[in-house]
Amino acid sequence: MKPIRLTNTHQSLTFSRRMLLLGGAQAAVGGLLIGRVGWLAVAQNEKYQLLSENNRVQLIPVPPRRGWIIDRNGKPIAINRASFRVDIIPQQLEKTRDVVPELAQLLALNEDDVERVRRELAESRGFKPVQVAENVTYDQYAAVTVRLPELPGVQATRGFSRFYPDGPAVAHLVGYVGSANAKEYDAEDKNPLLLIPGFKIGKQGLEKSLEPYLRGTPGGQRVEVTARGKLVKELDPKPDRSGQTVQLTIDEGLQQYAARRMGDQSGALVAMDVTSGDMLAFVSMPAFDPNSFSEGIGRTEWKMLSQDDHIPLLNKVAQGLYPSGSTIKPAMALAFLKQGVDPKRRVHCPGGLRIGNRFFSCDAVHGSVDMHQAIEKSCNTYFWATGLITDPEQTTEMVNYLGYGQEFDLPIPSQRFGTMPSPKWLMKKYKREWQGYDSANTSIGQGYVLVNPLQLAVMPARLASGKLLQPRLLMGGRRKPIAPVDADPEHLEIIRKAMAAVVNGSGTAVASKLPLDGVQMAGKTGTAQVYRLISRGHQGNWNLRDHALFIAFAPADKPRYAIGCIIEHGGFGASAAAPIVRDSMTYLFDKQKAWAALEPLEKQWGGSLAERNARQLAAFKAAARPTA
Amino acid sequence: MITSAIIPRPLARLPWRLILLVAAIGLAGLIVLYSAAGGSMRPWALKQGMIFFVFLSIAISMSWMKESTIKALTFPVYGATLVMLIGVEMLGFVGKGAQRWLDLGPIRLQPSEFMKPAIVLTLARFYELVPAGEIRRWRAMWPAFALLGVPAILILVQPDLGTCIMVVLCGVTVMFLAGLPWWIFAAPVAAVGVAAPIVYQFLHGYQRKRIDTFLDPESDPLGSGYHIAQSKIAIGSGGIWGKGYLHGSQSHLDYLPEGHTDFVFATMAEEWGLVGAVLLIFAFAMVIRWGMKVSMNAKTRFAQLAAAGLSAAIFFYVSINLMMVTGMAPVVGVPLPLVSYGGSAVMTVMLCLGLLMALERQQRSGSSLQ
Repeated sequence: MKPIRLTNTHQSLTFSRRMLLLGGAQAAVGGLLIGRVGWLAVAQNEKYQLLSENNRVQLIPVPPRRGWIIDRNGKPIAINRASFRVDIIPQQLEKTRDVVPELAQLLALNEDDVERVRRELAESRGFKPVQVAENVTYDQYAAVTVRLPELPGVQATRGFSRFYPDGPAVAHLVGYVGSANAKEYDAEDKNPLLLIPGFKIGKQGLEKSLEPYLRGTPGGQRVEVTARGKLVKELDPKPDRSGQTVQLTIDEGLQQYAARRMGDQSGALVAMDVTSGDMLAFVSMPAFDPNSFSEGIGRTEWKMLSQDDHIPLLNKVAQGLYPSGSTIKPAMALAFLKQGVDPKRRVHCPGGLRIGNRFFSCDAVHGSVDMHQAIEKSCNTYFWATGLITDPEQTTEMVNYLGYGQEFDLPIPSQRFGTMPSPKWLMKKYKREWQGYDSANTSIGQGYVLVNPLQLAVMPARLASGKLLQPRLLMGGRRKPIAPVDADPEHLEIIRKAMAAVVNGSGTAVASKLPLDGVQMAGKTGTAQVYRLISRGHQGNWNLRDHALFIAFAPADKPRYAIGCIIEHGGFGASAAAPIVRDSMTYLFDKQKAWAALEPLEKQWGGSLAERNARQLAAFKAAARPTA
Repeated sequence: MITSAIIPRPLARLPWRLILLVAAIGLAGLIVLYSAAGGSMRPWALKQGMIFFVFLSIAISMSWMKESTIKALTFPVYGATLVMLIGVEMLGFVGKGAQRWLDLGPIRLQPSEFMKPAIVLTLARFYELVPAGEIRRWRAMWPAFALLGVPAILILVQPDLGTCIMVVLCGVTVMFLAGLPWWIFAAPVAAVGVAAPIVYQFLHGYQRKRIDTFLDPESDPLGSGYHIAQSKIAIGSGGIWGKGYLHGSQSHLDYLPEGHTDFVFATMAEEWGLVGAVLLIFAFAMVIRWGMKVSMNAKTRFAQLAAAGLSAAIFFYVSINLMMVTGMAPVVGVPLPLVSYGGSAVMTVMLCLGLLMALERQQRSGSSLQ
């Protein structure tokens, strides 16, 4: 490096210049700092104010009360019952103090629960409570409450749990509620409400489909807290809004009665108001107790339900599909009339009919029958023979039009609608021509015909009213004008008369006359083959027996109510399904008589539905317990 | 300077404007600390007030020191401080993961604090001894580098990055003003650009993390980015007029960590708003400007360089801290002098101010006829 000679003057000049530079740099830094603080405090003030408020205020969420479900008369079907619960607010826990063992002792928690609480506490953040126990007894709740001052972070609250006064009787109609699972949480865009302990959402049935009405909006206690989660003061709480009450068209009394009347049998019953399409009963039995689900069902009870061959977990009304059996015959007959078949036309029944190279045998030798007698006596030969001389496409279209195989707009999740086959459908589905034996099978409700119990009520309701009724489950709302059935009223009258004769004449269901003066029931029995067995009727093996069906309306002359019923493996329609329909129909006209009819039956079965259910569960639990 | 017949001359000759300014800053600090403790003199405000008063008295009494005395003490003090730094390395008290303190019975001495004024005086003294013509020669440079480098490395390995940066910046400022060639200052800047990734490898875990989160604060909002995030929230939510005295939720509810020490400015800005923050910055600017003026008016080269270096020390304290709390610099642990709770920074700044006052008195007695 080349040395540069510098004088003192030179040095002084350098110093002044560099001081100026230094001073300038310092001023610049000062300006920069003021600018930065100004930027944060003025330009971004709003953002940081929000963040500071988010820091300061925390919400201890309070889930909203679920809306009630009531019946058409205001009777409760699903309500909320006060229950006690204990949670831990993790942020308010004192780190040095372990409250879990103490709570475990107070609440008699088992090891699994303790482990779960510990795991959830470890994963928890913020003010989201961790559930320790729900549905604790009042004594336990009180025990925790008096110790609250020594248990910081523990919260004992009165909550609400869903309660269904009718238990299993309404199980498949309303479904049940439960805590949201991960999938449901994701489906709702990670709605934090779903994570609140004790918050339940609808899982099945109406509870699920009416969720938007029933849920309500959550509120909470707003609190000011320190960074360490210490509560400083309580701010104004944010009020919650409970869900709406939903009124159903269901008649709670009938629902309960029909469910109990079914006894130990497996089946479904749907009742409709013929003037409006209102559904009065929606019964699927046997059923689970939805109360067990809302409290979290036990493993043993679940096992019992899933092992039962009567499938109590299946909603038979919405998801059960059955061959309609002879219940199809009134609709078939109307279709024949529409195509110009003379009601006086007689067919000789020698006990069966040969179609092609197969002989179809009838239940009995009916001799010469006309349409009226054919329905009354349920003569298959008449329908086989008439089916062969009419257009199968038009015939099946008419039956479908009256309800079988039809879809209805109801707030029931996952319904199955069955099939009403026709030549067109057969071609599309199985790529083959419609044959004579297809007409034969279809005209007695076998073969491809599959209906759900809902359709079993809609069809007689439409025949009875002459109106194209749509089943309804929710009260209120706009009532659409109901179109008339596209059929000659005279033809309808012929059908109704024949159906009246089934019960009141010398038909298949004379044993099921209404025990009422001046009110007659019209109906049609059905027996649906489960297996193509040579010998029909009663079998020793329950699940090989035929299904029993019965459709009805009453009063026969001035129809008001319609009922469709199926009893799985009940044998002849007349023997199992018709009496249940008779008693249920009686209930609609005379409750006392109906209850009087049920009493001896329940005694015979061993107690009311609730009693028998409890006994069954206790027995199952005893059997499941490992023997010491 | 106040001239009055009533006030005794020694008192009248004190630089009252500076003293009042410093007292105002200190008082502001006490008021903030009172609030930071949730409206209580304990545990910080009372103690800080006493420390402040003691060190202000020391500073004022230092103002009677003669320049020759300062010069005479410079090298011995530097030497003693260096020995103490080595002592810290060997038997230092270990706290907060760093060796910074010498435990001398009741007093915990942090020798690196003394190094800030000491390095300034030492380099000023050194460059006073170097003749003007020799200033750009190698033999006028390497002793300065050694004088600066040895304590800087000793402080860095403690580890105390904040103080190390302060000491280096103070020393470099004096060397810059002494007239060392430009490339001496430009080259390291370039070198840092090249060496930064390498140096990064040798940093301690917590230092490395601080730099990471500074470059990307969102990467760790609940961890080491938390300080900066909460500090920005405190300052930003204060707005123009602040949330009002004793109403800062960030500091009172403990969301702002270290709200009474390194992040005391955020505590203040939250309650006093932009207005209070700017006033404080201005007050510091006035103090620094006063020091720079002392340097400009100095008669001797030692006084020139020393006064500029000492005011630069105060400047670096304030600016590094403020850049830190406003999220413009990584968190390196530099307190806001006179405001942050703690004796060390108050002591260092008061030592600088005492020396500056002494140098200022010297100019007046040299220039005026009084």
